[in-house]
Amino acid sequence: MNQEASVIDRTQDLAHPERALLLAELAGILPPNALLSADEDLKPYECDGLTAYRCLPWAVALPQDEGQVLAVLKVCHARKVPLVVRGAGTGLSGGATPVVQGVVLSLAKFMRILEIDPVARLARVQPGVRNIAISEAVAPHGLYYAPDPSSQIACTIGGNVAENSGGVHCLKYGLTVHNVVKLRVALMNGDVIEIGSHAPDTPGYDLLALMIGSEGMLGVVLEASVKLTPKPPTAQVVMASFDSVIDAGNAVAAIIAAGIIPAGLEMMDKLATAAVEDFVHAGYDLTAAAILLAESDGTAEEVAEEVATMSAVLEKSGARQLKISQSEAERLKYWAGRKAAFPAVGRITPDYMCMDGTIPRKHLSHVLTRIAELSEEFHLRCANVFHAGDGNLHPLIMFDARVPGETERAIAFGAKILELSVDVGGTITGEHGVGIEKVQQMCVQFSTDELEAFHAVKAAFDPLALLNPGKAVPMPRHCSEYRLIGSAR
Amino acid sequence: MTDPVDAFRTRILERKPLRLRGGGSKDFYGGPLSGEILDTRVHAGIIGYEPTELVITARAGTPLAEIKSALATRRQVLACEPPAFGAATLGGVVAAGLSGPRRATAGSLRDYVLGVKLMDGEGRELNFGGQVMKNVAGYDVSRLIAGSLGTLGLILEVSLKVLPQPPADVTLQLAMPQDKALEAINRWAGQPVPLVANCWQDGVLTLRLAGSQAAVAAACEKLGGERLAAAAAFWEGLQEQTADFFVGDEPLWRLSLPSVTPPLDLPGPVLIEWGGAQRWLRGTVDAADLHRVAATAGGHASLFRGGDKSGGVFAPLSPGLMEVHRKLKQSFDPYGVFNPGRLFPEL
Repeated sequence: MNQEASVIDRTQDLAHPERALLLAELAGILPPNALLSADEDLKPYECDGLTAYRCLPWAVALPQDEGQVLAVLKVCHARKVPLVVRGAGTGLSGGATPVVQGVVLSLAKFMRILEIDPVARLARVQPGVRNIAISEAVAPHGLYYAPDPSSQIACTIGGNVAENSGGVHCLKYGLTVHNVVKLRVALMNGDVIEIGSHAPDTPGYDLLALMIGSEGMLGVVLEASVKLTPKPPTAQVVMASFDSVIDAGNAVAAIIAAGIIPAGLEMMDKLATAAVEDFVHAGYDLTAAAILLAESDGTAEEVAEEVATMSAVLEKSGARQLKISQSEAERLKYWAGRKAAFPAVGRITPDYMCMDGTIPRKHLSHVLTRIAELSEEFHLRCANVFHAGDGNLHPLIMFDARVPGETERAIAFGAKILELSVDVGGTITGEHGVGIEKVQQMCVQFSTDELEAFHAVKAAFDPLALLNPGKAVPMPRHCSEYRLIGSAR
Repeated sequence: MTDPVDAFRTRILERKPLRLRGGGSKDFYGGPLSGEILDTRVHAGIIGYEPTELVITARAGTPLAEIKSALATRRQVLACEPPAFGAATLGGVVAAGLSGPRRATAGSLRDYVLGVKLMDGEGRELNFGGQVMKNVAGYDVSRLIAGSLGTLGLILEVSLKVLPQPPADVTLQLAMPQDKALEAINRWAGQPVPLVANCWQDGVLTLRLAGSQAAVAAACEKLGGERLAAAAAFWEGLQEQTADFFVGDEPLWRLSLPSVTPPLDLPGPVLIEWGGAQRWLRGTVDAADLHRVAATAGGHASLFRGGDKSGGVFAPLSPGLMEVHRKLKQSFDPYGVFNPGRLFPEL
């Protein structure tokens, strides 16, 4: 989004006497190039991928080794200074947005792959290793790291753990929580714990499940051991076009009913298709109401069998045109559009906001109809990109932040979509996280008791609530206010 | 008639230790039993099953057998193959968090948990997760509950992800010594072979291949060996521990290890599953010794069935981890009502 889009820009009191004391103490434990405090150096850290929210941190620490990380934690813990951990800053929900009078702890320098065991199919990596770097490093062994968020060339494993990142292949291969087996974690007080192991079913509570997706609020990832998956020798994608999104949704259900879990199953509506075709020229059917991409991977025999079954099912479900990729280049071309959907939409609008609700797929037509109505109501266009296999919907709300009131309208439109997702039995966020963006909608999805349980979980790891405070889980009293406003609307 | 959930709440609010129990099929498992029985079977029934959404939701007291037969009508399965050990209920299956033969490739029971409705020590009904595949709103408490042995709360309802039955399913057997078998299964697991389960015992490696017809046929060609006719019974014998290896009163130890751990010198008969990651041992052994052997290999041992439970059945936690466990237990169960001592003596 544009600079002008900034709707919340918390100004920091950089002259605060506490800040000077903090900087002096951090300077004592970090090498000079590992501590940023000048305005112009702090600026790049004022937001993450959710650029509408900004806040200049008091300092950015860029430690180079574990000892320095623990020292920063101990200083902040002792001074009760809040801390936000940051990977590549590609998050879309503000998980890495700095907090008022807080420090940003960047793990960008932790870029080493510590160990690759191709036989055990495990890699042990530092948190700042980029998602795709793992797959690249293990490719010679015929292996890869399965979760593939769209930001995979930039985003880091530490951030993936924080957000429980998914990707277009997660229906078949799982999310981060299914692919990380062990974490070395620093708690806010500087203690280090190891959770999970390279052996299955570690005794005790499944703290891995808690850590993964905890949005940096429970601990700091120092190391992660991830599962490696054998790379399927072949993959083919079937592209189908439909006259209605309802037919396309039914086709998805029919594929699954036929006993197939496609490696990827993605849908785009007309507006999204037009935007990406203009951008990547993949040869999409511009007259279709919805385009479906269904991928099969595996051995050549397996793929041939699955593609034949899927094609038959898609035809029977009313697909008016089917194209099957005949080469790897063509397969990548079909995917290029889907993968570039966000930037493609970014080209046809000054600003956009990406929503992330997940819904039971049977409610797809209702939800899309309602989104179309809301689009009229708010006078804002909305393109829909859909991880159809797992029900994860990404409506892209288009607006122009320079037009007074449009940003606020876009935010209100987005909130309506999230509430709609909850109404049909879904969730406000499938893979982008709550962060600061959706923290109010948590009040819609969870009861006061449930939110209190979340706060208790946090307190078990971070009793002073210094790690990423104010994110992901709202205070119950804020919810009472939000629910009141909601009912008044 | 009183609503079962209200009756549960009344019991919980008495703040006396309770032993949460479904079919009692896993009474043998975990630490010593204590507390008065709270029988969850009065709260049973499938609430929703959406084959095309790959989700089933049921009350905790629903028999696992009922869930499996509902899924079978639509050619779907719980791919993690949790054991029933007789009359298991869904609540017990999730609380124990045990998985069967396909675990190494299909994932564990917790991987399939999408949502849990829980009653905590204050009698509050709490919903975590949901019925959708992807959900990152709030901490993943529903997966935390899997394997917690009922120590964090009373499970009321669970939603699980289900998967299609593989169209083809073939079992092969090859004669192979332990070291060669471990080497081979780890090597194959790194290749695109539809190897979904395996077992080694007494010089015989048994392999289960499942997936598309074409893929299974190609893999059979590649791997060789002989087809096992009574395949379903073989894998069920492992899953339900009715196979000869598991019969009798000798203590049964479970070793969880990195799959590549070489053969260990263990004082008793051994059966290996999960590509080498799960090794069963029969016999009376020195618990401290076994914990040390497992820990040295990067894994852990637990006393699964029988034997002397007085020293705890699971490998002890580091002090730092135990501290987090204590705080979590305290927050969900402040009055120590739920299954005291079942997971660790300290909880």
